[in-house]
Amino acid sequence: MSTATLQQTRRPKINLAVIAPIVALVVLVLIGIAMNPNFLSFANITNVLARSAFIGIIAIGMTFVITAGGLDLSVGSMAAFVAGLMILVMNLLTENMGGGLPVILIGVALALFAGLAAGFINGILITRAGIEAFILTLGTMGIYRSLVTWLADGGTLSLGYEMRELYRPVYYGGIMGISWPIIVFAALAILGEIVMRHTAFGRHCAAIGSNEKVARYSSVAVLRVRLMTYVMLGLLVGIAVVMYVPRLGSASATTGLLWELEAIAAVIIGGTLLKGGFGRVWGTVVGVLILSLIGNLLNLTDFVSPYLNGAIQGVVIILAVVLQRNTGTAR
Amino acid sequence: MRKTLIATTALLGLTAVPALSETIGISIPAATHGWAGALNFHAERTVERLSEANPDLEFVLTTTSDPGQQVSDLEDMVATRGIDALVVLPFESEPLTGPIQRIADSGVWVTVVDRGLTQEGIENLYVAGDNDSFGRTAGQYFADTLDEGAKVVVMRGIASTVDNERVAGFESAIEGAGIEVLAMDHGNWNRDTAFNLMQDWLSRFPEIDAVWAADDDMAVGALAAIDQAGRTDEMFVVGGAGMKEMVDRIRNDDPTVPVNVTYPPAMISTAIEMTALGLTSGAPMSGEFIIASELITPENADNFYFEDSPY
Repeated sequence: MSTATLQQTRRPKINLAVIAPIVALVVLVLIGIAMNPNFLSFANITNVLARSAFIGIIAIGMTFVITAGGLDLSVGSMAAFVAGLMILVMNLLTENMGGGLPVILIGVALALFAGLAAGFINGILITRAGIEAFILTLGTMGIYRSLVTWLADGGTLSLGYEMRELYRPVYYGGIMGISWPIIVFAALAILGEIVMRHTAFGRHCAAIGSNEKVARYSSVAVLRVRLMTYVMLGLLVGIAVVMYVPRLGSASATTGLLWELEAIAAVIIGGTLLKGGFGRVWGTVVGVLILSLIGNLLNLTDFVSPYLNGAIQGVVIILAVVLQRNTGTAR
Repeated sequence: MRKTLIATTALLGLTAVPALSETIGISIPAATHGWAGALNFHAERTVERLSEANPDLEFVLTTTSDPGQQVSDLEDMVATRGIDALVVLPFESEPLTGPIQRIADSGVWVTVVDRGLTQEGIENLYVAGDNDSFGRTAGQYFADTLDEGAKVVVMRGIASTVDNERVAGFESAIEGAGIEVLAMDHGNWNRDTAFNLMQDWLSRFPEIDAVWAADDDMAVGALAAIDQAGRTDEMFVVGGAGMKEMVDRIRNDDPTVPVNVTYPPAMISTAIEMTALGLTSGAPMSGEFIIASELITPENADNFYFEDSPY
């Protein structure tokens, strides 16, 4: 079944299915232009791109996990936990070392390592202990969420004022008005697309997600590749946190709430198959932008009651996917 | 699905003599967000203070993260600790009403905090904040400070009765003051949501004179977005609930954060103290005690700053 879909989507004819997410994005942009003249302003565009970066960076990793037939529900909680840990350690170091650039570098290194380690734990338990990814990451989701609540003592962990000012440019600064989160997001997206399309690792992910047994007989190191997808996702969560913390300089029990579902939704809107076997990173990027734009548009207009924001998002998600499925099966 | 660890703490009076002592059970939600964290902080502080002052009082303090757990906690308290009085902040009103009624019927003194039960007349004492006054106090400040024709935006919390009452209070206070509410949307008491919302409002409206963020977590997000847009001098932001960072800015005369409105988590202390007083002194304590929201200004900010509080 999934091999059939794979062949289908690879056929050059199916252009409509491929461009469906782009069409949706263009429609949203046109609606935006029609509704509010400020929509195309430089500030608004950079705002939307920068706020997409966190979930976008995570969703790039999620694309590989899902393509390889896995799933990770823990990324939102993981991000909150890593952010909390990073802030806590940086505050401790500031007290002992007096702050400065080294503290930030240690904090960044810690966030990357913590993300990597958390991803490794997820991956090793899924591949070696053979626990269903859905259940395992549901478990770690609860664990990380509790840990950050516990670390914050139920309140909010805030970075010290001095450190916050020093670290701030990582979110608000940039090159020629393009802020760092946007640059990092773009770079990682391009890198992700190359890895997915042009490396053995990317093809192995698709092969495993498509048919694990066949992949194993074709001497693909199934367990190792799967483990790698989770480790990579963990590292990307770490990178997202490094970009996230300088924005508000705080983490609490509500940080990263539902990020996992937004990331998964973005991946699926982008055309990656939820059951694995086919993934495309650029589609995920488009998916993330679609989700951010919906929120942005609803804030820029009074067109719908704010109570219905969730409903609008739901409709767009479903439409984007239906559009792809229909054009796919029509062929 | 996202359950927090259930911390169950039993704090005992050190020199309590069982025959003479009175036991007060306290059941409150776990520290899952800032305000509840402060609630826990103040509950523990009060229990410590009272245990020292009254060796005859014993306390059982439990924190729960869902209504089901809270019902079990209450049953355990009655069955194994034989409590004489109960101070409870119901996790949800509906599922807790029955169990609390049974406890009240067995002759235990019941103090209900903040979230009322669905049936009247169960509790002996009701201690709560005043959501209408919370919104009204902020609205009154807007009406007094802003000129006619001023433009404001309003960030609401999670859609709920609490939020509706607050917004209704705010709206009635600014009525007739000639203040134009440009937009009103839900920031869900969340910093990140508030940050995005404020960014978009700043793109949408060329002129904003003031922001009512209805909660300090949202105020933090809004302030960051305003700062990013470089429009700090254009408007002021009024949050609510008295987060210590905000109180600190007020007492330092920050023009962007001129005032704040309380919805004190320390109301749990009021409830525990009044219950203890009722048990030990026999002074009449039954009825309702509604704590009005106060305006925190640079002049009185020191009274609202709690250094050790997590909130």
